[in-house]
Amino acid sequence: MPLSLLLLVLAVLSAFAYRFGTGRARAIAPGRQQATLHSRPTYHGFYVALWCGLPALLVAVAWVAMQPILVKGLVLAGLPDSYSALPEARLNLIWNDIRNLALGDVVRAAPAPEIQAAAETFRRLYTIGQAALAVLCLVLAPLGARYAYGRVSRDLRARNRVETVITVFLVASSLVAIFTTIGIVLSLLFESLRFFGKVPPLDFLFGLHWSPQTALRADQVGSSGSFGAVPLFTGTLLISLISMCVAVPVGLMSAIYMSEYAHRKFRAVAKPLLEILAGIPTVVYGFFAALTVAPFIRRLGESMGISVASESALAAGLVMGVMIIPFVSSISDDVINAVPQAMRDGAYALGATKSETIRNVIVPAALPGIVGGVLLAVSRAIGETMIVVMAAGLAANLSFNPLEAVTTVTVQIVTLLTGDQEFDSAKTLAAFALGLVLFCVTLGLNIFALHVVRKYREQYE
Amino acid sequence: METVTVRDAMQTTLDNRLAEGDATPMPAKIQARQTNVHYGDKHALKDVTLDVREGEVTSFIGPSGCGKSTFLRCLNRMNDTIDGCRVSGTVQLDGEDIYDPKIDVVQLRARVGMVFQKPNPFPKSIYDNVAYGPRIHGLAANKDELDEIVLTSLEKAGLLAEVKDRMESPGTGLSGGQQQRLCIARAIAVNPEVILMDEPCSALDPIATAKIEELIDELRENYTIVIVTHSMQQAARVSQRTAFFHLGELIEVGDTEQIFTNPKHKLTQGYITGRFG
Repeated sequence: MPLSLLLLVLAVLSAFAYRFGTGRARAIAPGRQQATLHSRPTYHGFYVALWCGLPALLVAVAWVAMQPILVKGLVLAGLPDSYSALPEARLNLIWNDIRNLALGDVVRAAPAPEIQAAAETFRRLYTIGQAALAVLCLVLAPLGARYAYGRVSRDLRARNRVETVITVFLVASSLVAIFTTIGIVLSLLFESLRFFGKVPPLDFLFGLHWSPQTALRADQVGSSGSFGAVPLFTGTLLISLISMCVAVPVGLMSAIYMSEYAHRKFRAVAKPLLEILAGIPTVVYGFFAALTVAPFIRRLGESMGISVASESALAAGLVMGVMIIPFVSSISDDVINAVPQAMRDGAYALGATKSETIRNVIVPAALPGIVGGVLLAVSRAIGETMIVVMAAGLAANLSFNPLEAVTTVTVQIVTLLTGDQEFDSAKTLAAFALGLVLFCVTLGLNIFALHVVRKYREQYE
Repeated sequence: METVTVRDAMQTTLDNRLAEGDATPMPAKIQARQTNVHYGDKHALKDVTLDVREGEVTSFIGPSGCGKSTFLRCLNRMNDTIDGCRVSGTVQLDGEDIYDPKIDVVQLRARVGMVFQKPNPFPKSIYDNVAYGPRIHGLAANKDELDEIVLTSLEKAGLLAEVKDRMESPGTGLSGGQQQRLCIARAIAVNPEVILMDEPCSALDPIATAKIEELIDELRENYTIVIVTHSMQQAARVSQRTAFFHLGELIEVGDTEQIFTNPKHKLTQGYITGRFG
């Protein structure tokens, strides 16, 4: 029985168990007597259903995790002795062949007879395993349900049991995100350590020249392979700076207009429209920047007698700034709205004008929240890739001139890892080191932003 | 806006005076004539005609939702900040209609200050809280003058002794009663002619309340005060005149002593003896 069908059957069985559980509870305490039950009948239903579904599900999960290992061990043990002497890597290749053969995937032409035999064993073991699992689950489920059904009584604390299980589910869900983060950090960390084994960390962090092409052959020319990341950091910084110069004033002012001046109806229309900006795919921003904004800036520069590269930090930064306007404006708008009306009343009652109230009372009161929003926008700008790839170019110039082409950390990660790569050269491993630096910076910014926002929250409690 | 002719207004004033049998009343600082307030479709205040006399404390009492706070907010046009609020009739401050389009609402509020139900100090230092009004109105030519205004205002609000060592700490860190006195100091600093107080003690404990009441009594010398209160004892203690509102109408207004000992209207009698409300 395939796994999906098994899960479906378990779900149906649990649904029946729920009906039986509630029915039994209602039978014990019919009508008005329901109040004498410790838990409501629905909780008894869930209790029985959990006993029906959960043990079988856990067994199924464990089985699915264990089965490949067991099968692999058994199949490989069944191979002739000449194979078991092979090195680990070769054995894995053979194992792949066996699996592909058994599951009907593409295989090398004319496999050896002992491989054929092993594939046959594999298929047999696999079928037996699936059948055994199905039988086990279909026995466990009714057994569990029967046990729980028998325990349903006036005094059974079904609600407490069910809520404990729910708590466990909630904890598990929140752990998923945490473990994913930890996994990502660890993978970044280990690959970066390998990179730093090849390139000294100080050369990486403070080197002024970025040219990651390493020589594949000894006689190759033009492949210096130098990994000084400073040009990438300055490029990232420059583009983020330009984008913040656009996003912060525009976002903040639109937030002030929306929350303080705009009519309610206008706000109801304009705010969602503004937030659509955040929903446009960054690729679309990218070609807008590359095809419209960058040529426009170049023509503008030419007409003023300034030479502008056709891929410039300015174009990428401007468009990125527009992209993150909603981050700044939406969060600022929320914080400004959260400033208590009493603050406004207090200022108005002293004879302050609207703009005095906004400048002297509302913005200072909302400032920590606004700073939090801006920092989140900064980390977004630093992590942005697509716009920069398309509009700012790939040249790792160490320059603070916004009219030149620059490149950023994220863009280099993309170029280092696209295409066929070998994963033990310094070139590819450099991507992980860059990723680690980027991660540290945005993590630091986020922590700082959260801290600022939290401090703000305390103010009115 | 509904306008009332001058003669009508004078006639009403005269009627009021005759009705009250008051031969030598204090001059009226604020005169409201047939003031109506609508919040959208809701008629919150109906034809209120009332004089607030200079140099006296006038208290507004009445059950919740009777329109006393609404009327108070008409007196410095704080209702302007509420969407869908319409005011008709006239409210005059020293004979000038404050709802006249020529009147600058900012100047009006500098003359008619307000203290709110919940203390609402700005999230700034104690000094900056008090200095805020004088700064925006340019009342001080230099730092020394500003210091002077801040200190006298805190002094008048009876807070100076408690805060003079920590003028730079945030105003939000004070206790509730101190915060409310800080808000009073902030209102005084602008040097208003009238101070409106909207249930200023409802969020305070009895000791802080007693301090504020004492303060109101002292402030009466220099300012005209209007106070909305839910506590009839408070109205009796601090005010010279009392107005009783019910369901958006002004039922009765008169000397506090007369209202509390010899109310003319059955509703007033019922309210002050605790039979309803």
